[in-house]
Amino acid sequence: MSGVKQTFTGNRALVLEEALIFEIGVTSKCGVDLEPVPETPSMLGDCGAKQAVNLPGLSEPEAMRHYVRLSQKNHSIDAGLYPLGSCTMKHNPRLNEKMARLPGFGDIHPLQPQASVQGALQLMDDLAHWLKTLTGMPEVALSPKAGAHGELCGMMAIRAAIEAKGELDSRKRVLVPESAHGTNPATAALLGFKVDGIPANADGRVDLAAFKEKLQENGGTDVAAIMLTNPNTCGLFERDIIEIADALHAVGGYFYCDGANFNAIVGRVRPGDLGVDAMHINLHKTFSTPHGGGGPGSGPTVLSERLAPFAPLPYVEKSDEGYRLVEDANQTDAPSFGRMVAFHGQMGMFVRALSYMMSHGSDGLRQVAEDAVLNANYVLARLQDVMSAPFNGPCMHEALFDDSFLKDTGIDTLDFAKAMIDEGYHPMTMYFPLVVHGAMLIEPTETESKATLDLFIATMRDLVAGAKAGDLDRFKQAPELAPRRRLDETQAARNPVLRWQAECHEAQAAE
Amino acid sequence: MRYLPLTPADRQSMLATMGAASIDDLFVDVPGAAQRDGLVDLPRHQSEMQVERQLSHMAGKNMTASSVPFFCGAGAYKHHVPATVDHIIQRSEFLTSYTPYQPEITQGTLQYLFEFQTQVCELTGMPVANASMYDGSTAAAEAVLMAHRVTRKSRAVLSGRLHPHYTAVIENLSEMGGFTLAQSACAPAPTNGDELIAMIDDDTSCVVIQNPDFFGNVADFSALAQQVQNKGCLLIAVVPEVMSLGLIKRPGDMGADIVVGEGQSLGNGLNFGGPYVGLFAAREKHIRQMPGRLCGETVDADGNRGFVLTLSTREQHIRRDKATSNICTNSGLCSLAFTAHMTLLGGEGLRQLGQINHARAVQLSQSLGALEGVTLMTSAFFNEFSVRVSRPADAVVNELAEKGVLGGVPAARLLPDAGLDDVLIIAATEVNTEEDIAAYAAAMQEVLS
Repeated sequence: MSGVKQTFTGNRALVLEEALIFEIGVTSKCGVDLEPVPETPSMLGDCGAKQAVNLPGLSEPEAMRHYVRLSQKNHSIDAGLYPLGSCTMKHNPRLNEKMARLPGFGDIHPLQPQASVQGALQLMDDLAHWLKTLTGMPEVALSPKAGAHGELCGMMAIRAAIEAKGELDSRKRVLVPESAHGTNPATAALLGFKVDGIPANADGRVDLAAFKEKLQENGGTDVAAIMLTNPNTCGLFERDIIEIADALHAVGGYFYCDGANFNAIVGRVRPGDLGVDAMHINLHKTFSTPHGGGGPGSGPTVLSERLAPFAPLPYVEKSDEGYRLVEDANQTDAPSFGRMVAFHGQMGMFVRALSYMMSHGSDGLRQVAEDAVLNANYVLARLQDVMSAPFNGPCMHEALFDDSFLKDTGIDTLDFAKAMIDEGYHPMTMYFPLVVHGAMLIEPTETESKATLDLFIATMRDLVAGAKAGDLDRFKQAPELAPRRRLDETQAARNPVLRWQAECHEAQAAE
Repeated sequence: MRYLPLTPADRQSMLATMGAASIDDLFVDVPGAAQRDGLVDLPRHQSEMQVERQLSHMAGKNMTASSVPFFCGAGAYKHHVPATVDHIIQRSEFLTSYTPYQPEITQGTLQYLFEFQTQVCELTGMPVANASMYDGSTAAAEAVLMAHRVTRKSRAVLSGRLHPHYTAVIENLSEMGGFTLAQSACAPAPTNGDELIAMIDDDTSCVVIQNPDFFGNVADFSALAQQVQNKGCLLIAVVPEVMSLGLIKRPGDMGADIVVGEGQSLGNGLNFGGPYVGLFAAREKHIRQMPGRLCGETVDADGNRGFVLTLSTREQHIRRDKATSNICTNSGLCSLAFTAHMTLLGGEGLRQLGQINHARAVQLSQSLGALEGVTLMTSAFFNEFSVRVSRPADAVVNELAEKGVLGGVPAARLLPDAGLDDVLIIAATEVNTEEDIAAYAAAMQEVLS
């Protein structure tokens, strides 16, 4: 193992190897003390299974050890900097966890009588008020389950509005900048729209002239919408955004804004003032709900006056008698486009996000944006002499570099990122956005201290020096100190093994 | 502010480093018309204690499931979650980790996803499963889209006993995506599925059924699956209560082509409807048409076993407008709760837990069925059944709540136009005691008399 001491167990002190549950558990073992089964006749009809499913169990101490050992193989924001651009890996306050676990929020059923959940409906209404006020938008749909689901919500509302005007057959084109998140074109395509790319200019922003040209093809009558991220995925504010919105509105199109980067402007800029018609908000980015290793997310979507009537079901209404959940089309005159999920959305995330917003308040949230932008610019300023920043001027909440500083070193963006792992950092976002070569997108967030950034910057400078000095092993062999070295992704895709199977593993062991 | 580490001195020195006079210099690209000088009209920051006080007050206005005899189901179930599970999902390394795109430092997440996928395969009786979806309803809609891709057809036939929210989600996505649907009549009594077969036409890609169905009926659908497949369609089976799979026949064994489910019952609380965890399992030959993330086994540069996200060429970040789905996030932490709970139970524990659930539901059906004004409508069920009551079911449920019993879900709340105003859907689980059941029966008798 490349110079690292071998051990009998394969363990390395605190980093312990751990087998799969299928290799250590047995079907008859149970880590839960269950009550005896009451004597009753069976009413399973013809549907009773003859035997238990073949899945292993573990006692409680064995299970705890299994998962704790697994956990120790993960990087986390609690343990270290996680500078993933466009992901906003900020501190997740534990107050939020405590609040979400209050029985009054965590232990209530979505279909209890509404009179018995007035506090929950109030929480949803309060959250909606905060989101509407921060974005300067009149309506918000809370139910989308994640960012991409929020995008879908916004684009469904746009589609419904177009349909209501009888223009569904003509308005088929959705303009999407090349720098967009992959979810944008995927969402547009899912709804039957035709994706039309817009190039970026030398400043890393939408090329206004190219946009207007695209818009005016066919007089603009076939344009449904633009899907634009702002601040964009290069970490830059779209300077011409109001002009873009006005031009789009003039031809009858709608402005979908991808709100993934709202953290850069929260409390300072309201998307409603930019001409936005719909924007999703990732509660798991800007509003600190935990990423949880890939979800659950939550993607409430704010809507403009023009789109508000088409908002999905359900939503909360407040009256003198209290709060009411409008769940069905026949309870409203509004032409809602329908339902996106069972029940009412990610309540657990609503509680966490509101707890975070109330903690920060209007003053704290503005400071969040300012510190996030300050931290990113600090990283940019102190690295741009040794790394290569493709665009001039200040960035917003994330600093973009390309790989030209690695030219002729024999080291690429991936190698550089993997070497960061050995230094104790999670790599930055790589090869995204697609508009620059070998992109490295660094988003420190506002919850990092100056000391943390200084050490990170010093580490990055040392890595750059190492790369330029031709220390290939430091990069090509990396990571050497992580729980695993580089994994063979080609084999995983060519011969997919997506589940544990006894036969297969016995055969391997015999080899 | 407790979440912000920079001091005023830090801010000054950092601005000086970049030659900026003030923070406003960093926001120069924002058009003047959108620059806001003052604070938005919302309350200022508050201490942890102040926030906790207000949110606790709000939470206190809700009637919690654990505080009363509780019998609501209809797609979300109250089960006991071991304390270990909640501890595990609050481990920093799980809670505050990102999607495992850097596998060398996320083997923890990847290994549990691999274990999760294997458990979902075994529970459903299917050969492959993904690393979870948002919830059961969105998993069902994705299954329909997948059936369209696999068969290159564009119409789905839905059972009238599918959860109405699931129907609505499928309906919405189908309509928006330019697909069509047909649905059989909605009635609480089970059928043999002939009406679904009769609705299949040349453009039909799939038939979607639910087991246990919305009214609680369970049935062996093997014969129906065979007939659906004979017509060149896929059979999609929806499992709204994963706990049932400890005791009833697995959908894969009955011939389902795609199985989707709501996994909330294992490891996850009620949470007023979310976050939950969608299950998605399919046949091997359809792997490349599946939505969502997949975790696969491989080896690292030293030959050690490891896990990675794989087959990502199906996904939006690679395929963009050609992706199988626009999904980016899954339900990582909820799938951890699911898999940890399942690991604590083991196969036999899950079966015993299923037996307890079933027995409590049978006891409850007997107690309520003996009352005047209550007619049991479900003859074969797992932990949920429907009754007809002699008064409008929503009034009954509201009056029961006033007496401190959460007695189920009126069918008409989800199906307002189906003529089911007197139908009540009731679930019982291991959390219900014999005292709870007696209290429910007594309250029901008062409400109906």
